[in-house]
This record gives sequence, C-alpha cells and structure tokens, in this order.
Amino acid sequence: MNERKGQDNMDRKTVKKVARLARLELNDTQEERLVEQLGNIIGFVETLSEVDTNNVEPLASVVDNELRLREDKVVDGGQQDAVLKNAPETAEGYFVISKVVE
Amino acid sequence: MTDLTQLTLSEALKKLKSKDIKASELTDAHLTKMESNKDLNAFITETHDIAQEQAQKADERYANGTAKALDGIPLGIKDLFCTKDIRTTAASKMLENFVPPYESTVTQNLLNDGAVFTGKLNLDEFAMGSSNTTSYFGNVINPWKRNTGDDAQLVHGGSSGGSAAAVASGMVMAATGTDTGGSIRQPASFCGIVGIKPTYGRCSRFGIVAFSSSLDQAGAFARTTEDAALLLQSMAGFDPKDSTSVDKPVPDFTKNLTGSLKGLKVGIPKEYRVEGMPLEIENLWEKGKEWLEEEGAEVIDVSLPHTKYALPTYYIIAPAEASSNLARYDGVRYGLRMPGQDITETYEKTRAEGFGDEVMRRIMIGTYVLSAGYYDAYYIQAQKVRRLIRDDFMKAYEKCDVLLTPTAPSAAFAIGENEDDPIKMYLNDVFTVPASLAGLPGMSVPAGLDTKGLPLGLQILGKPWDEETVLKVGNSIERAAGLSHMPVTLDGKREAA
Repeated sequence: MNERKGQDNMDRKTVKKVARLARLELNDTQEERLVEQLGNIIGFVETLSEVDTNNVEPLASVVDNELRLREDKVVDGGQQDAVLKNAPETAEGYFVISKVVE
Repeated sequence: MTDLTQLTLSEALKKLKSKDIKASELTDAHLTKMESNKDLNAFITETHDIAQEQAQKADERYANGTAKALDGIPLGIKDLFCTKDIRTTAASKMLENFVPPYESTVTQNLLNDGAVFTGKLNLDEFAMGSSNTTSYFGNVINPWKRNTGDDAQLVHGGSSGGSAAAVASGMVMAATGTDTGGSIRQPASFCGIVGIKPTYGRCSRFGIVAFSSSLDQAGAFARTTEDAALLLQSMAGFDPKDSTSVDKPVPDFTKNLTGSLKGLKVGIPKEYRVEGMPLEIENLWEKGKEWLEEEGAEVIDVSLPHTKYALPTYYIIAPAEASSNLARYDGVRYGLRMPGQDITETYEKTRAEGFGDEVMRRIMIGTYVLSAGYYDAYYIQAQKVRRLIRDDFMKAYEKCDVLLTPTAPSAAFAIGENEDDPIKMYLNDVFTVPASLAGLPGMSVPAGLDTKGLPLGLQILGKPWDEETVLKVGNSIERAAGLSHMPVTLDGKREAA
C-alpha cells in the first residue's frame, strides 16, 4: 500500500486519470502545468512519510462529539420551491439533466 | 462632527444607547465610506437598501427601549456565509448567481442581535488562498501602503481579505470571517487589526459554504480586542443543525478582558523560530514577551516537536476534504451549468468553467491523495500526524496557559509576489496552520509596524474553549503596543499610526 512515489510518478497519464475522477475537463496547458505543480506539492507533503506513526490513531475530528439523535419528528419540509429556486433547469417540480439511460 | 467610521464598535454602542447618535447616521456614514473606498474591491455585493432599513428598525428599538446587543452596528459578512435572499458567491464563478433560500446560523445570530449588514465581502475563491488573489471578482487591495515611496499594491492576506480590508479602512465596524488554516489571523496581521478564530465547534458551520469541514471555523474581525469579543459573543453558540457544534455554555467574553496577567504562564514554542524570518518580526516577538512579563505573566520555553509537519499535513487534509465537499458542484441543483453531450461531460465542463486555477489545483491534490493506492500513504498518515500535532499542544498546555508566536513570517507582500509558486504561498500559513489542525482558539493582535511602515501581528493560541484567556492576553498586548486602531488608508485621511 505504501507507494510513495508521487513526485516521480506525476505524469500526463496520472493527471488525466485524477482529472477524470474529479470530473474536471482540462486543456493541454492546464495538464502540463498540473504535472509540474502536483508533482511539487506531492513532493512537499511526502516528508510526512518520515514520521513514525506506529500505534497512532488517525485523528478525523478534534471534537469528540457522538452524533446526536433527535426526536423522530418532522421539523422542516414542504420547501420544494426553495429547493428548486437555484436550479439551472427544472420541470414540474424536478431537476432536469441530460439523458443518462439509453 | 466626529467621523462616525472611526468609532470602535463598543464606543458606537454607548453613543447609540445614550442617543448621542442614531443608527441610521452610523450606517449612512459607513455606506459613504464604502463608496470612497471602492478601489479596495472589498465587497462583492453591497446591500445599501437592506442596511438602511435595518438601521431604521434599530433606531425604533433604541427609541422604545428594546435595543439588542449589537443593535444598529454596521457589519460586513464574508461572502461564504449564506444570507437569505442575498446573493452568496464564495467568490466563485460557480456560485455567481446563487441566492440562498436560508440564512447561516452565525449570520442569523447577528441579525437576532440587531446587526446591520452593509454587504458581502470578497475572499479567495471558496476561501482557498493566502492573498485574496484567487477571487473570481478580482483582487482585494490592502488599504496600507509601504512608506518607502514605491506604489506597490499590497495583498490583504487571505482568504478573508475583503473582511480585513473593510474593517481596517473603516467601511464596517467589524466583520465575520472564516479560518481554515489561518484565513482570519493572517489577513488581520497584514492589515493591522484584530482577528480571532475560536475553538473548533464554538460557532456553527451551518450555512457556511464548506471548504474543509474538520478545519473550517467562523470568527471575528474588529479594530480592537473588545470589539472582537463583542462580535464573537453574538456569533458563538450551540446549534443542533451542525453535528460538530459543541453544546457548551458561551462565557461572557468581555467580562475578564482587562485583568492582570499575574500567575499566567505564556509558552514560547521554540520551533516557531523559523529560518529566514525577518529580524523585525523576531524583535517584535521579544517585545511581546516583555510586555506580558510586565503585566505579571511568566514566560517559559516550550516545544512543539511536530511543527514542521503541520503544513504538509494541512495540504493533504484540507484538499482531501475540499475535493469531497466541492463534489456537490455538478451543475444540477444550483450554480453554473455548462451543457455537454452527456451527464459526465456536463459535470466536467461545468466544473472546468466554474472553478478557478487554485480551486482546481486543490481538488486535484485532494482527489489524488484519496485515490486507490495512495489513501493510506497520504490521507491516513496525515490524520495520524494530525493527532501528534494536537498531542504536542496538549502537552505544552500542561506547562503553560497560552502560547505567543508571530502571526505570519512576513508583512503584507505585493500583489503578484509568490504567485508563481504555490508552495511559497502556502508557507505564509506556517504559524497559523498547526493550531487549526489542533482545533485551538487563536487570535492575531496588531503589535507593531515594520521598517516599511506595515503592520505586524502577534498570535496568541489558547487551550480548547479558553477564548477568554486568549482575549485577555491579546488585550494586554494591544494596550502595551498602543497603536492607533486605524491604518494609513489609501484615501490618505489618516497619518501613520
């Protein structure tokens, strides 16, 4: 699992793959720039691998809140107009997107 | 007649209560100031009409004896807080026309206390930046100028650059900000005002456009520590709508503001003496120690051994969380849509068009470190180091009550500097990021000017939930430094402090 070759591994192929995962369309100039910049940044964060973290638990949140439960009672709702107000395209109370199933 | 924009918030409240001034006069004076400082580009959206209406209602409450805690005080709101029926952009093309149908909890708290909102303040796009040069709506300009005769326009720091510029130039009495890795403290330092980020969980994140959810925390900008305490008082409090909001009573932040520091232990973390730090910042830090000793505090050396890993940790965790949070901008439910041949192409075109370079860069880093094969090596490792960083602070706090450090390794730099190299830009946050990772309260207080006449801040970091001591130590530095609370603004109405 410990593949720490980010800096050297950063190439056009990787940048294309990551951009696809992130759903970002990049042009050639952007791709080239990102190969260099991501490589540098990953090289910069690579120093973390020298820290001994055996027996250290990952810290996901600084507050140790248990997720609270609330009474099972409707407190909000019936806001269809408000929910749809900022949508780029709507029809009959729905969000409209381009066709996804053939 | 006195210039109402030069009053502090607490002075203005006294004058409003004693009916020496009217809320509508106070608001009008600030709206006029906004007009004459338009070149700073501090506001994205101005809300003059709403402000005047709110001020009028405040006057009615003063007249009939029902005035509230911040009644009639003109405030600016960072454009990351959703405000009902007022456009909220996060300084991004993606949200250029987004009008929230609901109000963030923090701004609702302020409205409940009678505050007047004069507009939405500029910031780095989605709060990602240290210079406020990534906004879709243009750079914010620092109202301070170097006294060396060069006419360079200086950055205001980021990401809450508009908030800092508006407060420093007297366009608003105080402003909200958010701090993920230093976005309140660093701009406060760059523009000679006070900025406080409370403990993570103190202010609700509900209705704040999310950047990095485990780090984002709302806070206050003002020209004095007392004003910052008053604003934070209103913003803070438990909110069931935010699962990371903590149900703790909020103390009276102004109550113990001016007490003696006798018996207080101030820690000086030796790892914050970084190479290449300007001598004048080092000297100011020394001066800060002396001031606190004169007030009765004991200054001791402490060590935070994992400090040098804070920035790399931050630049894994923050982009990882950002890439996940910003997945919601898909052109379907709100925000920009750029139509494509199919749904995937619509996503890709929308996001490429809607996001600026820095935001795209961070989404790319975040996606990379979370992707299969790298998740454990980067993201989990960063979360483990984050725990070590927090443990460092907790150990230090067994020996001392607060920490004193510089806020930033430099004064405000010129627009364009540092832009070619993202890592150099990231280094600006070297002193603010560790406390963000640990969720601690932190404040920047103006403590002096450098040789070019630019403000420098000192940072006070406290124990979790102990904003009171942070404010008290900050107040002590403020009194000792004896700086004027207004900067040399661009319109030249003030002399050097």
